[in-house]
Amino acid sequence: MGNVLLQYATVLVLSIFVGIEIIAKVPSILHTPLMSGSNAIHGVILVGSMLVLGGATTNLQEVLGFLAVILATLNVVGGFVVTDRMLEMFKAKKPQAPKAKDEVAS
Amino acid sequence: MSRETLIDLLYLFSATTFVLALKGLGSPKRARLGNLVAALGMVVAVGATFFKYVDGHALHHVGLIVLAMVIGIIVAVPTARFVQMTAMPQLVAIFNGVGGGAASLVSITEFVHVKSTHPATYVALEVLLGVLIGTVSFSGSAIAFAKLQELMTGRPITYPGQQILNGVFGLGALALIVAILIQGSTALLWVLLILAFVLGVAFVLPIGGADVPVLISLLNSFTGLAVAASGFTLGSNLLIVAGTLVGASGILLTRLMSKAMGRSLANVLFSAFGSVVTAGPGAGGEERSVRSGSPEDVAVLLSFASRVVLIPGYGLAVAQAQHVLRELAEVLEGKGVEVFYAIHPVAGRMPGHMNVLLAEANVPYEQLKEMDEANLELQTADVALVVGANDTVNPAAKDDPSSPIYGMPIINADLAENVLFLKRSMRPGFAGIENELLDNPKTTLVFGDAKDTLTKVVAAVKSA
Repeated sequence: MGNVLLQYATVLVLSIFVGIEIIAKVPSILHTPLMSGSNAIHGVILVGSMLVLGGATTNLQEVLGFLAVILATLNVVGGFVVTDRMLEMFKAKKPQAPKAKDEVAS
Repeated sequence: MSRETLIDLLYLFSATTFVLALKGLGSPKRARLGNLVAALGMVVAVGATFFKYVDGHALHHVGLIVLAMVIGIIVAVPTARFVQMTAMPQLVAIFNGVGGGAASLVSITEFVHVKSTHPATYVALEVLLGVLIGTVSFSGSAIAFAKLQELMTGRPITYPGQQILNGVFGLGALALIVAILIQGSTALLWVLLILAFVLGVAFVLPIGGADVPVLISLLNSFTGLAVAASGFTLGSNLLIVAGTLVGASGILLTRLMSKAMGRSLANVLFSAFGSVVTAGPGAGGEERSVRSGSPEDVAVLLSFASRVVLIPGYGLAVAQAQHVLRELAEVLEGKGVEVFYAIHPVAGRMPGHMNVLLAEANVPYEQLKEMDEANLELQTADVALVVGANDTVNPAAKDDPSSPIYGMPIINADLAENVLFLKRSMRPGFAGIENELLDNPKTTLVFGDAKDTLTKVVAAVKSA
């Protein structure tokens, strides 16, 4: 059992470093989408919620698990859709940007 | 390959997509792709989970799981799709809150589930930490939502001994965890749940509306940690990786955000920022000699300028005036005036929020200048037009050490030849601080709704 715990701890520690390293240089305009995107990612608790409801053996566990799946689905789906909506706008002006620059240059 | 190995491989795939997604979200080019990649990873993870065995049998209640998911999707998609972009911060807050709630529920259920088997102490500890952090994130996000949605006052709510009381709540929660570890009592678990809920509320109450975005980022990070704790309990590497990634990057992001406001995180969380309106030098007298003008005056000034800097703030978004502002910029450019937008990192209600709002109004990307660049340009600008911003151009941040915003980087609107303020009233801004720039002799104020005023200005510029 101790070995399993150690293995999880290893994953935890490495993930901390990856998490910090990965967003070290983010332009401030992307802070909001980044927050929203990572918000969607922790919606992975949906997997945990499914396992809990799927393993429920009493009514109490069923009710709690059912609520957990609803909340986690809200988190995942809402999180990804909102982030995409934000980023859609950044995308929209991308094709215009180079063109406009050319016009100024010419 | 066994079933479990295959599922674990799929989980590994998902975890990889999450890392790539976070990486992608940090670059303007790949951000959207990154988000889609993470969504794909999530679908794979959820799909694989349907085939997983729990306690040696296939998932029970598959019908219930699907039903709950359908309910969640039916509520989430329209909400996320159709809520106004100005309401985005509260939307993120609420989606984060429900995630925290889910993590907490998973931990509670797991505690009830494993209690009969007398779990090892560390298992119980993970569960209890999951409950504590998840619930704090849930109730804290709910209050943050209420503040941003203006269901309650955005001002900090303070009372004597608040910090001490919050400390007592925090220590009380930890003491309860120890007691539960020793006793293994489920009754105490419910007490912990209630206490964590109260702690989340009490923690957020003293934080002012302007600082709530930083808080949401922190709570986002908390939810990640709660998910990681659930991952330990359920023995899921996927949950540990995803939760920790969000937890770690969230804390860093929170620090970056508070840095953009020129303050430390501790200062944001514990100083009840803006609760005291200091009577600094500029805010002294009742009588204020401000000069106000009409939209026509503004139009004349703008038409004859060669370089105009637009400084939008949250008031612009509230008045839904982004489109009119863009129209004004276009009309002015048609007259040969050089126009660009100066974007403060915390303009709007979240870092980057203003960029999103202006992008929605089809403002060309290259007209947006970040603060440092804008400040260089402002020295040679003829007119700085401030629309619905206040604190982000308040010179008190530079030269009044007694001001609560002292040290915050600002856009130096005062460097421009003329400063025009479109304001609803003389009321101070979101942080509740007087702005001496309003009394500056080169400043002209135009009172009224930003959208109305701008529409009149556009008409006047066109006819000029």
